[in-house]
Parts: sequence; structure tokens; C-alpha cells
Amino acid sequence: MKLKDIGIVYRKEMTDSLRDRRTLISMIVVPILVMPLLTIGMGALTAEMVGRAEQETPAIMVLGGADSPNVMEELRAQKDLRVVPAAADYAKQIEDKRIPAAVEIPPGFDATVAAGAPAVVTVYDYEGNLKSGIAVDRLRKFFRDLGDHTVSERLAAQRLPDSLIHPFDVKVQNVVSPEKETGEIVGGIVPYIVILLCLTGAIYPAIDLTAGEKERGTMETILTSPVARIDLVFGKFFTVLTASVATAILAVLSMGVSFGVAKTLLMSLATSGQAGGFTLSINPKSVVAVFVMVLPLAVLFSAALLAIALFAKSYKEAQSYLQPLTIIVILPGIAALLPGVELNAHLALIPVLNTSLVSKEILTGTYHWHYIALIFASSCVYAAVALTFAVRLFEREDVLFRT
Amino acid sequence: MIETHQLGKRFHDSGGGELRAVQDVNFRCAPGQIYGLLGANGAGKTTTLRILATILAPSEGRATVAGFDVESQPEQVRRNIGFLSTATALYARLTAEEMVQYFGRLHGLDEAVLRRRIDEIFERLGMNEFRRRRCDALSTGMKQRVSIARTLVHDPPVMIFDEPTAGLDVMAARTILDFIRECRDRGKTVVFSTHVMSEAEKVCDTIGIIHQGRLLVEGTLAELGNRYAGKNLEDIFMAVVQP
Repeated sequence: MKLKDIGIVYRKEMTDSLRDRRTLISMIVVPILVMPLLTIGMGALTAEMVGRAEQETPAIMVLGGADSPNVMEELRAQKDLRVVPAAADYAKQIEDKRIPAAVEIPPGFDATVAAGAPAVVTVYDYEGNLKSGIAVDRLRKFFRDLGDHTVSERLAAQRLPDSLIHPFDVKVQNVVSPEKETGEIVGGIVPYIVILLCLTGAIYPAIDLTAGEKERGTMETILTSPVARIDLVFGKFFTVLTASVATAILAVLSMGVSFGVAKTLLMSLATSGQAGGFTLSINPKSVVAVFVMVLPLAVLFSAALLAIALFAKSYKEAQSYLQPLTIIVILPGIAALLPGVELNAHLALIPVLNTSLVSKEILTGTYHWHYIALIFASSCVYAAVALTFAVRLFEREDVLFRT
Repeated sequence: MIETHQLGKRFHDSGGGELRAVQDVNFRCAPGQIYGLLGANGAGKTTTLRILATILAPSEGRATVAGFDVESQPEQVRRNIGFLSTATALYARLTAEEMVQYFGRLHGLDEAVLRRRIDEIFERLGMNEFRRRRCDALSTGMKQRVSIARTLVHDPPVMIFDEPTAGLDVMAARTILDFIRECRDRGKTVVFSTHVMSEAEKVCDTIGIIHQGRLLVEGTLAELGNRYAGKNLEDIFMAVVQP
């Protein structure tokens, strides 16, 4: 192996790749755009949608209640609810999202309550629907307040204190730092995106440097030069790795900036009462640690992509080989996002999933050093295997001249 | 100098079948000589030349190029050859100068020597006007000159041309043929493959007719004419491959 030759190949391949539009888009444009879109765009959109839904006055269909003027009057007086006339097809209307919810007042409700007998109010909703959920919450609050009011009146009539039915309050206090809170919320998705971009950033240069060379007829040209095949592979491998790592670095930087902006934006939304008191905080040290963990994965991706793409005869064929690979990477990434999937010694050996899980922990500020060491080592072993495979493939003439 | 001895190459297809692309090929080409491998498409010309250029490894026999064995000393062989074919394309996104520089560096030329060599070649081949133009923006003729410059940058003693004029127009083909003659005149060992009879007649000192992987006959044009009583190379070729 000659370092000088690897350097010559690397310099040439970098010059060549940086002049390739497809490589530039996947390496620079995509990571710079994806992160802000994901954090600021999605965050703002969600906050906006929730805010708008909360500001809307839900139309509630009241079924029955003709013999209970008190509750009907109270309902109609609600500013955050709008009572619409009853219809027999209320369920269909909820299903068609024409109304978010309906409430059924049982016959003789006012009288039953006044008599102190039990009564059941039924609320019909569209479970899982945001607007329906908001309407149900308001109905619940209305009936709880009505119930409380009724009890208070009864207690007052008996000259008993209100605290009789409210002996204590429950207060929920967050004890973890904003960093951990953020890590728990975004910890799964962020490393996943970085890993995915590591892969996508490497795909185009890997194809261009192998199947692309075959297709354009430059493979034979380079093979007649004195450069050893192993040096050629390493020169190409480092180029693909550079693209992969550059994509990841840009994604991380873009993520940092996006979080900064998203934080300010969401804070302003929070103070205006549109989003909860959620604060975003990511420790730069954790981000660097995540990046270090992703590095061997970038090596693995670069070597594997190079080997697979070399096997293809043309750019198109290489793309059709690499598309399933994207899915193979997405699956363990998604598995890491599932609630309850926590790192253990077995999962620490599964590539991609292990890095996703450990990065999730790192972003919450938790460092399980034995897992980190195991994951780093196993990722390095996988990377070395893939790289050896790529070198072997470059030495096979049936692969280089596959027709 | 190029020498082959019982050179052979087998390919295996995915169905487990075997194809003997080249078998028992023996020839010798001395410095200052052009050896022409004449054969139809699929005769084994490209495979033979790829073995000489160490792109493919021989399955049988052996070959030496500039005194180095193609199997055990492939890197030294490649340092001593210039290989040109229509399949050896240029890097489209590199400029003409970058292309030649890249190969010069891979041949181990130091920067000062490389610069001098490039200036000299670009001047000789009239390439200075498109020196900094990207290869994908060059005409076919310009691209041919860049390819020639690439094969010459390290001034190799052996030149291997595999159907270098295929698909070229008359002007571009003539540039190549003139270049092949020039290589011989400079004392280089030249192997040249073609299926165009007129080209072989024009430039080759010795002609070897290859058919179905075997080198059937060889000799100068005059010797072959005497042996096969043919008026021209085409008659001789047909007499050899379809006796």
C-alpha cells in the first residue's frame, strides 16, 4: 500500500466528485435543508396546527336535554363551545368530521341531578382526531365544573367547607434537566436522521466512483496505470467516506442552528400560550459524542456502498441495488424510535440500531461506557469486514469487467 | 520488447460453462516494430492486449512486457506501457491538463518533470488552446489527443493500441495512425489490434491473424502474400480464417 498513490487518487476523486451535481446536492444541499425543515418546519407547523385547532370553537351537537333547561342554558352560555341542533345522523357527521363531538343528555337530567341520583352523560367522539380530542376535553371540563359547582352548592347549603371534597391537590414537578427532556423527545429521531444522511451522502459518490467509471469507460483507463488496486480502492473509499462524513457534519451543524432557531420560535409560541412550556436544550458535547459514534458507521456504509456499487454494470443497476439498502438502514433506525426499545448487550451488536440507541442515550446525557465501547468496537469490525470485501472485489476481473 | 508464450485465457459464465477466449498465443514484438493483431470481433484481440496490459491475468502461459512478467510484476509492466483503446475514456469532469497530470502523478513523475513533460506534449500535439477545458466539452479529435497525451506522459518504451480508431472519423483515425508510426520511429515497441485491413496494411511491420482465440499465422505483409497468394490483406485474411 502506497500512501502517496492513495493521496493522488483521493485528490483526483475529490476534485471530480465536487464537480458532480448529484454528489453536491446529496452532500451539501440535502443535510442543510432537511434539519431546518424537520425541526423548525415541522415544529412550527405542529404548533400552528394545534394552536389553530385550540382557537377554533368546536361545534357540539347536543342530543336530548329538552327537559333539562338548566344544563342546556349553561352549555349554550359556554364561550369555547358552540351548540348545534341535534340530528339523527350524529355518528356519521362525526365520522365525516363535520362536527368534532356530540353529547347525549339523559332524559330528566336536571331533575335527576337535583334529586342527588346518579346520571350518565355520554360523549361521542372520533378517537385519535385532534379536533375531536379538543372538543371532548372542553366537554369534560364543562361537566366537571358543573359537577363541582353542584357539589359546592350542596355543601354551602349544608354549611360545610369546600375542602371537604378537595382534601388535597396533586402537583407534578419535572426533576430532569432540559437536556434530558429534549433528548427523550428528539433523541431518537436526530441520530436516525444523521445516520440516514451519512448513508445518502455516500450513495452518489460510491456509484459514481465505481459503476459510473465502468459505464463511462474510465475504469479500463485507470486500470492500465501503475496504481495498485488496493491503493485505488482506498483512494475511492476515502472520497466516499469524506462525502458521508461531510454530509453528517453539515447535518449536525444545521441541526444545531435549527435547534437554536426552533428554541426561540417555540419559546415565543409557548409564551403566547400556543405550545406547552417545552424547552429545547442539547449539549454540544453530546452532539460531538454522537458524531464519534456515527463515524465507524460511516466507514461501514462507505465500504459497503463501494463494494455493492462496484458489482453493478451501470449507474442505474447500482441505484437499484442500493435502494433496498436504504430500507435495510431505515428499519433498525425506526426500531430505535419505538417506545420501550432500550439498549442491551444483544442490541449493541446490531449495526445501525446500536448506534441509534446509544446516540439516543448520549443525547439525554447518559453515557453507558461499556455499551459505547462494545458498539464502537463492533461497528469497527463490521466496517473492516466491508472494506476487506470491497478490496477483494476490486481484485476480481469478473466483477471489474462484468458485461 | 513484448513476448508471449502459450498465452491463454478462459472465462467462466454464470451457467458454469467455460469460454477459451485466447489459447496458445505466441508472438514477439521488438523495439522499433509495429506488430498488428488482425482479427474479427470476438477473435481474442482485446483479451490478449488486456493480458499484456495486466488488466486481466492469463489462465495459461506467460507474457513479458519490457522484461517484466505480466503476472508477477504487473505494476512494473504498467509503468512501462502506454495503453490506448476506444474503451479507455477520459474523466469528463477533469480538464485536459488535469487528466494528463493525474496519470503522470500515478506514474511517479515528480511535479517539475511532470510540468515540463506536459508543456512539451501539449505543445507538440497542439493542445494548448483546450488545456483548461473540461474533457466533456472537447470534440472527438481533441479527446483523442488528450488520450494520446495520457499514454505518452511517462514516455513508456511499449505502446499497446486496442482498436484505437474504432468509431473515429477519417481525420481522427489518421491522427492516431500517424501517432502509432511516430511511436515506432522513436524506437518504441508497438502492438496494435484492428479489424480494418487497410489500417493493418498501412502501419504494421508484422501481422498476426487471430481467429477464435488462436494466432493462426504471422509474418510481414510480403511473406503472407507469398504464402497465401493473396493480392491484398483481405484475401489473405479470408484464406486464413476460412480455408
